[in-house]
Amino acid sequence: MKSLKDLEAIREKAKLELSLRETTGKTRVIVGMATCGIAAGARPVMAAFNQELQLRGIQTASVSMTGCVGVCRYEPMCDVIDPNGEKTTYVKLDAEMAKRIVAEHIVNGHVVYEYTIGAAEKQ
Amino acid sequence: MKDLSLHLMDIAQNSTHAGAHRVDIVLAAESETRMLVLTVKDDGKGMDAEFLARVTDPFTTTRTTRKVGLGIPLLKLAAELSGGSLEIDSEPGKGTFLRTGFRLDSIDRIPVGDIPGTIAALMTAWTDIEWTLCLQSAKDRYEITTAEIKEVLDGVSIGNPAIAGWLAESIEEAMTNVFGGILDEIAEGS
Repeated sequence: MKSLKDLEAIREKAKLELSLRETTGKTRVIVGMATCGIAAGARPVMAAFNQELQLRGIQTASVSMTGCVGVCRYEPMCDVIDPNGEKTTYVKLDAEMAKRIVAEHIVNGHVVYEYTIGAAEKQ
Repeated sequence: MKDLSLHLMDIAQNSTHAGAHRVDIVLAAESETRMLVLTVKDDGKGMDAEFLARVTDPFTTTRTTRKVGLGIPLLKLAAELSGGSLEIDSEPGKGTFLRTGFRLDSIDRIPVGDIPGTIAALMTAWTDIEWTLCLQSAKDRYEITTAEIKEVLDGVSIGNPAIAGWLAESIEEAMTNVFGGILDEIAEGS
């Protein structure tokens, strides 16, 4: 049985990891979650971001959602906003792509160009 | 929109868009009426009578990018196809209450889908909103609130990536306890 007690362990781990990395800024992942995004599969994408961040013990990134961005043909999509304010828009995502974005972009700082809206519009 | 959990995500997004501070979600299997009832109540900005009257019309939307809004019309259609219904009450400045019912035994009732995934995503993404989820049936009742979670977390953000997984697993257990054997798509727990 899961209980609120489990959260205490998560809390202590998070506090410990946060204290080690207080100097680094935060990366924000924002997933489009309007009717268009949901129907295209945005929820599993968001879950994959959370899972991969948890798996890698990354405390310096947060995942949130927003409404319709207006280019529904590219859903599911997300913005990754780096600590310096730079924004990358990724399109037509699935769970596997989300994991790769965590590994390459959020951990190593390399934009995954082939998944970006710029690459999609060239096709 | 293949299942109820995706519709719930959609409806709850309307509440966040309305600037709600509190959102209460109840999913209940009513044994007397043989209905599965989903309600979503928020304290957002609400809708006036004129907008409310046409909110189930697909050509009504608050989007500024185009003139079609399909969320509520599709949910109403899904409910009615199973012999159920959808009603919305709203008052400007007070909030909105949406109730939709599905006949439990109807072959046309859409499956509930990944309710835990939807709730985990909502609770961890909209961290300023106080969310309550209640699941109930003749068998069992379960309730979880972000207020009690935040209390235990003591300053660590509920948006921390580890929380979403815990939430989804906890609610998954509750779904089995409350609806196992009552909803066809959820097997009775061991």
